Amino acid sequence: MSLPYTAEMMESIKKVEAGRAARIGFEPRRMTADEKTALLEAFHPDYNLDSFDEIKVGPNAGQKAPKELVEILQGESRIKGMDIDLTNPDYDVDVLVIGGGGAGSSAAIEANEAGANVMIVTKLRIGDANTMMAEGGIQAADKENDSPAQHYLDVMGGGHFANVPELVEKLVCDGPIAINWLDKLGVLFDKDENGNMITTHGGGTSRKRMHAAADYSGAEIMRTLRDEVFNRGIPVVDFTAAIEIIKDTDGKAAGAVLMNMETNEILVARAKTVIIATGGAGRMHYQGFPTSNHYGATADGLVLAYRAGAPLLYQDTLQYHPTGVAFPSQIYGALVTEKVRSMGAMFVNVDGEVFMHPLETRDVAASGIIRECKERGKGVPTPVADGIWLDTPMIDMIHGEGTLEKRLPGMLRMYLRCGIDMRKVPIVIYPTLHYQNGGIKVGVNGMSEVENLYVAGEAIGGIHGRNRLMGNSLLDIIVFGRNAGQQAGAKCKEVELKELTLSHVDDFSKMLSDAGIEPKVVSPKLLPDYRPEGVTRLN
Amino acid sequence: MADMINVYLYGKKYEVPSNLTIMEAFEYAGYQLVRGCGCRNGFCGACATIYRIKGKNELTGCLACSTKVENDMCVATLPFFPLEKKIYDITEIKPTQQVMMQLYPEIYACVGCNACTKACSQDLNVMQYIAHAQRGEFEKCAELSFDCVMCGICSSRCPAGISHPQVALLARRLTGKYIKPEAKHLTARVDEIERGDCKAMMEAIMQKPLEELKELYNNREIEK
Repeated sequence: MSLPYTAEMMESIKKVEAGRAARIGFEPRRMTADEKTALLEAFHPDYNLDSFDEIKVGPNAGQKAPKELVEILQGESRIKGMDIDLTNPDYDVDVLVIGGGGAGSSAAIEANEAGANVMIVTKLRIGDANTMMAEGGIQAADKENDSPAQHYLDVMGGGHFANVPELVEKLVCDGPIAINWLDKLGVLFDKDENGNMITTHGGGTSRKRMHAAADYSGAEIMRTLRDEVFNRGIPVVDFTAAIEIIKDTDGKAAGAVLMNMETNEILVARAKTVIIATGGAGRMHYQGFPTSNHYGATADGLVLAYRAGAPLLYQDTLQYHPTGVAFPSQIYGALVTEKVRSMGAMFVNVDGEVFMHPLETRDVAASGIIRECKERGKGVPTPVADGIWLDTPMIDMIHGEGTLEKRLPGMLRMYLRCGIDMRKVPIVIYPTLHYQNGGIKVGVNGMSEVENLYVAGEAIGGIHGRNRLMGNSLLDIIVFGRNAGQQAGAKCKEVELKELTLSHVDDFSKMLSDAGIEPKVVSPKLLPDYRPEGVTRLN
Repeated sequence: MADMINVYLYGKKYEVPSNLTIMEAFEYAGYQLVRGCGCRNGFCGACATIYRIKGKNELTGCLACSTKVENDMCVATLPFFPLEKKIYDITEIKPTQQVMMQLYPEIYACVGCNACTKACSQDLNVMQYIAHAQRGEFEKCAELSFDCVMCGICSSRCPAGISHPQVALLARRLTGKYIKPEAKHLTARVDEIERGDCKAMMEAIMQKPLEELKELYNNREIEK
């Protein structure tokens, strides 16, 4: 396969190559706090006020959120007008876990460990989740020069001090325990011959605490957790989406209305406690961005919880990963792991100049790239989208030939399939919609403000403040997934369910009409639709 | 605008732009995918696919999300394949050759046809990692199988009925849990946390006023 770069790109590569040797060993200056603030306000998509709307009803009324999120939060229920019999549930369990990613699986394992009768429902397959796609690694302060307190400082600073301190405390103090749990389950972390974890930096870390399993870190964790779920005999009802939370007449969460994704059959699950572990929102394509997220990342959990009365936190902040694929088209928007930069690759503009430190926090790095392309006009033009060079051949120059292949096999394979050997030529990247920083507000016990409705993983808001650091998401799904499973698994023993009801769904609908809002869509969205527009078809 | 080419989706002919992936070709043709679509990025194995270029003998296994369409490509997806997963307690089993004999005895019926390797969507040497599993060489099996996305195409081609991805997963878990040396720094830190040794430092930092915390953050030393 011949290299698919245009002649213009090849010209620019010559400039990138000319400066490469001089870049080895050179460390670009990091920005000051004031420089970062100014950059974010001018170029970060979260500050692009035109793309936000005000939420009109519900616990967060008066606050802003991305337009597309407001639309589904104020959407029409999929069961509107239906008469659903709640007295004969199809499933009756202690703990219902909604979502089969890393957080849901960890929660289910711990609920099972606590002796609860737990069931997972997931709208695709268990493991079809952002966890599977997390490449770079998982943070935890387990080296001698590090401490949970040092990790805390990095998380708070990275999140612009907006994080909920108690959630961060839980994250960093349980970090090493989470790694140990995974290690004991048989997750194959990168270790040296003495068993020491091989750890690197991520953007915004002050210590090398990024643990990895090559660049399949999330996949290795996910397939191990999935195997453990099966070994424990935990029932997994796949291709089944939760479309509303069910409450009891005391207003406590008591199950969910489910929909078979293939037959559209409606089913009812009754549960003493419910855990929302539905993940993120990349497939909402906020502001038209491409995404690194899996097919089902449509913020379903936020819609379910919001209609049930649970407030959100920081629903207006999203993470745009600085290094999404800008070219070629078949992998547009896909993630290029931050580990590529952890291992030394730098950002280089069309003229071959390094314009910022490669390991600033993600929001700062993304904004710096947007500025370089949009304001300074120094982006690399490609047939798909303008971007910036990420000078990947530096990696083998720094660490020795063969390193990139060994430590970044997934990245190498992804690009080789497109005819691009990233060991020899740089790649073009641009920010991609990557992570939902905000989500459902929870306490340290993982419970939302709706009694017995727990949340785990990316659906939580507050842990990461307004910007998450690399490697803290894999950590949070394990820490808060396990925590939710333990808490819900214990709590279910004292729950006595009253009669089930969906009156809150009708109440929410009435709030909408009272506010004069005509829902534009049905929600939760469940899946994006990539079929071409302009075609006549019956749905 | 890319050239248009012919592809046969489940045998039915569609004209699609030549720069699409197989998955995008299905969507371009009007399919709203539910099965056979996951991460869309080559990591989850949901979109296992087999194709043949019309008139050629060779069958190729691939992932629909990361394979470009070709003219006259005749495509069948394999959104589910009945892999056999054996149930075990990871704390009870040991990394001995017997464990494979007990859980996945069919690996010893491998006829060496190498169809698994030829079909692998990740270009792994599947037959070789099964050979390592047969000999109880779990670390080697783990290493060779590490990039497996468990799409199951290998197993669909196996005359011996082996569930290769499940064998490899067992080998990896045994390697991770029992064969790789313990991370002593990790054990030590977990002990410290559980003893409460980290509490004082945490309390100290959490009690700092915001301005002081910011000062601390902006001037923190960054490990080289």
